[in-house]
Amino acid sequence: MQVLPDLMGREEKAVYALRSLYHSHGYKPYKMSKFEEYELYLRNKDFLISDSILTFTDPAGRLMALKPDVTLSIVKNLREGGLQRLYYHENVYRVPKGSQEAKEIMQVGLECIGDVDAYCEYEVLYLAVRSLALLGQPFVLSLSHLGIVRSVIECCGFTGSDAQSVLSWIGEKNVHELTEFCIAHGIDERSMNALTFLVRTYGPIGEVLPALRDGIGDFVEKTELDAFIQLGEALSETPYSGSVRIDFSVMNDIRYYNGLVFQGYLRNIPDGILSGGQYDLLMEKMGKSSRALGFAVYLDLLERLEKSGETMDADVLVLYGKDTPLNLVREEVDRQTADGRSVIALKEIPEGIRCRETVRIDGERRAPNA
Amino acid sequence: MLNIALPKGRLGDKVYDLFEKAGFECPSIRENNRKLIFENPDLGVRYFWVKPSDVAIYVERGAADLGVAGKDILLEYEPDVYELLDLKLGRCRMCVAGPADFRDDPSRTLRVATKFSHITEKYYHGIGRSIDRIHLNGSIELAPILGLSDVIVDIVETGTTLRENHLAVLETIVPISARLIANKASFQFLSGEIEKIRAGLKEQTEAEA
Repeated sequence: MQVLPDLMGREEKAVYALRSLYHSHGYKPYKMSKFEEYELYLRNKDFLISDSILTFTDPAGRLMALKPDVTLSIVKNLREGGLQRLYYHENVYRVPKGSQEAKEIMQVGLECIGDVDAYCEYEVLYLAVRSLALLGQPFVLSLSHLGIVRSVIECCGFTGSDAQSVLSWIGEKNVHELTEFCIAHGIDERSMNALTFLVRTYGPIGEVLPALRDGIGDFVEKTELDAFIQLGEALSETPYSGSVRIDFSVMNDIRYYNGLVFQGYLRNIPDGILSGGQYDLLMEKMGKSSRALGFAVYLDLLERLEKSGETMDADVLVLYGKDTPLNLVREEVDRQTADGRSVIALKEIPEGIRCRETVRIDGERRAPNA
Repeated sequence: MLNIALPKGRLGDKVYDLFEKAGFECPSIRENNRKLIFENPDLGVRYFWVKPSDVAIYVERGAADLGVAGKDILLEYEPDVYELLDLKLGRCRMCVAGPADFRDDPSRTLRVATKFSHITEKYYHGIGRSIDRIHLNGSIELAPILGLSDVIVDIVETGTTLRENHLAVLETIVPISARLIANKASFQFLSGEIEKIRAGLKEQTEAEA
């Protein structure tokens, strides 16, 4: 079966391109049910982006949920051992913040679970960058490391709700409140500089990497910082280095995420279209000993790139009369479609229709939408 | 071109003055006309006025790259934006206010009238006090006078309205002022331009302090 690329929407083309990319790196497709028992989400509510979960009772009387997340299902059903590379193409169901209406969101993503090493981390980041590049717009992948951010905060003496406040200010790039808080808590200048370094320092990996040891080297385990720098250097050698940035404001819940966290953006889309990270703490919480990282691409956001009102209903509108013989209409439609054009055949021009060309059955051609 | 959402009204005028002094002027904004959008193509800035409580929505959803919103709005709606600078304009306090002789009875549920529901719930949850929150859209000070609530949570600037109605500030929850906010995605692509504006405004803010 041949599928004409013109017939595929932007989302569909992206799905094929991304699946093919993940397949080429040894990732296997993972298919799951639309439903999970509600209890899974109740136990891990904080891991979910959306607070509201759509539930129903199945014929066996179990309380089920339309899945709001893919990662939890994969982790729950995972058999540990070795290294598993999985990719998925699924819809999830979420209620956006401030809305009362659920939304179906198309996600494509991957998970790398098991004995994750430095190469696996590089590979996942590289595939995230390649995923953004495939979407055909200028892009940025912003990369942070929650282990590093957490070490700096703890080294400065902040724990509990204070640490949570500091994390929020780093996430908001809010230097003024962070500084006020440090002064109010009598934090020494060296520690305060390390904390504000996390907010003030961002940009292309080639510019930020060399500054990390001086900026926060005394506050982070050397092996952890070295591993992050090594990863950054590997990414800087790819053709996409100009689009990869280090930015410690990229955040995720520290109860689940512990290492790399990253967010991808496309120009002209006001939200992050890709989100990912390392979630060993979720694995632990679910009784698994493996390490894990992955990401999801939110393909529904691609519709923001389409300008409404610019699409055509068909290339050609074939207009025929009340008494036109069927054969004549059929021949004209066949002639047009044989040339690869899309056709709508009608007796009169309906209001609002948009075609590049109008053809009357007697052969007279007129200007578009005449 | 950077899209900048400014809050309509007295605060907005002061905010625009600050942008102008920082070198990001747009003379057409001073003209008396019905235009909604004002551009200075040479400086790459485009301003528009919106209702103060809507600035954060424009910025969060990317219709504006930058905006100026009150901290009260940021705390109430918690938009997913960067908060880049405290402009130190429109300074006031989010307070608990009530009759000057009010004494809280912890054995009763406290009735609190406010238009800042989220801030109120978060504050009382934080101190472990059970409340009956009453959401109002205006004239909040009337509520304790007419017995609709025991106290109110509202913005207090000078405290004159409270005093004239025999009310007083009982607690300060948080200081409020205007903040420069940025859309997170815009920041990834326009950080150079945004940083220039932030630095210019910071310089002006410090000069006027």
